[in-house]
Amino acid sequence: MSIDKKKIKHVSKLARISLDEKKIDSLTSDLSAIFKFIEQLNEINTDKIEPLSSILNEPLRSRKDEINDGKIREKILENSPKKNEEFFIVPKVIE
Amino acid sequence: MSDITKKSLTEIVRLVKKKEIKSEELTQSFIKNINNDKKLNSFITKCSEIALNNAKNFDENPKLDKLLPGIPIAVKDLFCTQGVTTTAGSKMLENFIPNYESTITKNLWNEGAFLLGKLNCDEYAMGSSNETSFFGNVMNPIAENTVPGGSSGGSASALAADLTPATIGTDTGGSIRQPASFTGTVGLKPTYGLCSRWGIVAFASSLDQAGPMTKTVEDCALMLEAMVGFDKKDSTSINRKKESYSKNLTENIKGLKIGIPKEYRVEGMSKEIDKLWKNGEKILKDSGVEILDISLPSTKYALPAYYIVAPAEASSNLARYDGVKYGFRSSKGNNLIEMYENTRSEGFGDEVKRRILIGTYVLSSGYYDAYYLKAQKVRQLIKNDFDQSFKKVDAILTPSTPSSAFKIGEKKNDPISMYLNDIFTVPVNLAGIPAISIPAGLDNNNYPLGLQLIGKPLDEQKLLNIAYAVEKKINFKQTLNRWWEK
Repeated sequence: MSIDKKKIKHVSKLARISLDEKKIDSLTSDLSAIFKFIEQLNEINTDKIEPLSSILNEPLRSRKDEINDGKIREKILENSPKKNEEFFIVPKVIE
Repeated sequence: MSDITKKSLTEIVRLVKKKEIKSEELTQSFIKNINNDKKLNSFITKCSEIALNNAKNFDENPKLDKLLPGIPIAVKDLFCTQGVTTTAGSKMLENFIPNYESTITKNLWNEGAFLLGKLNCDEYAMGSSNETSFFGNVMNPIAENTVPGGSSGGSASALAADLTPATIGTDTGGSIRQPASFTGTVGLKPTYGLCSRWGIVAFASSLDQAGPMTKTVEDCALMLEAMVGFDKKDSTSINRKKESYSKNLTENIKGLKIGIPKEYRVEGMSKEIDKLWKNGEKILKDSGVEILDISLPSTKYALPAYYIVAPAEASSNLARYDGVKYGFRSSKGNNLIEMYENTRSEGFGDEVKRRILIGTYVLSSGYYDAYYLKAQKVRQLIKNDFDQSFKKVDAILTPSTPSSAFKIGEKKNDPISMYLNDIFTVPVNLAGIPAISIPAGLDNNNYPLGLQLIGKPLDEQKLLNIAYAVEKKINFKQTLNRWWEK
């Protein structure tokens, strides 16, 4: 699988990262080398192997959905780059 | 008293318990060293005032029955600390102040320790040299312009330079063990699920694990004991009885069987490392251990599989950085999408972008089976290799890294050669098993080299015991000329 500029542009759109032309060039060459390295995996036969998605032997636990904190709206908003007293503010979405 | 900052954590705890030193005096001594940190750049945030207040409070009402009474500890800046900036080494989180405390740091504070500062690391723990940090690279105290390894590079550097009596890091592909090896210190990656991940800035959730970084194996046992514990806030936390690793530490390892995997004798490995490995074998034999040759045939494929799994999980975890709720926001962009795109473009560094793009690509429509599913199958094969070997042996001995510390800039522009640093450490993360790196000798440049011991799941005690026995016989010594203070 070769990586070209078109693919990098597409993936950067999916990842919501804007890239200038220079960056697209350097990432195309970096990722081409990395994918060449990754594709060593094609040497190995995995037809009858089950994928490993968790190394834990037991299934994940569920817990009760209980509120045990809260009332820290101001503190949470303090970390926001743009806010008013009650809300996070983002660029206008609806005209 | 001779310089307290040079002593082991265990010795410092003993002195505090015997009331031979006060927490305030101890804390002052470390702060004095930290104030000379400029050239090392191991700290992102210094918490001298907070630490001194906590030390004074401790001295007024000392609780001496704790594991870490009155001990100041600096931690990797990936652990969220309530009210103290937590950056993950990124511009994205330069001004982020968590409203909560990570479980691991909370556990340390419950055992009597308190925060001394936040330590530099690769951005979002993505790197093997600490050169990807937004806050600048860290230097290794062993020599100027030498990397401390990564991603827990600030932790390793601060520890080796006596700026903190012990520390904690995180290890996703070797980020505790490789810097430990580069700085002549001890680093343990516990079994996946033993230490809570809650409140640690996430990189690759199925691989991330916090662990202790210390000057001695005894210290490592003590720190691990203070860190572990079931946490209902982490869905992958293992619920089991706590062990007294430090109390049960013994150098009697007679009768154990230890495997030497032939696949770790990689092409181009230096003679020095081979010699070191052989010496480790000999020491184990002298301790009454039976050495067996074993095979881990899928080893070669661990690193390529890792570079699918880790970036895939990272691309998903890092999707949360959108410039809305917290963190950096770009001032450019005419609409919401452009704001996201510019925020992530300006807020993330090159290596993080690289990995997000790899991850997004391997998870994108049409490529999932070829990459992600394939990597998970290879991960199964790697785990099977270890499972098979552990039917025959109690632990596995390998070198920690394929080389000693390299120069700043040496590998920065070649991602693959940087990734190859983790060739011996990555398989352990994929299999979720524990491993420890201990200093084992010096190379021709007088740079430290480490040996790695790999154990069965939840067999940390045995691993620590073997490391303890080897450490005693190796008697590793390194003298630093403290160039950064000049």
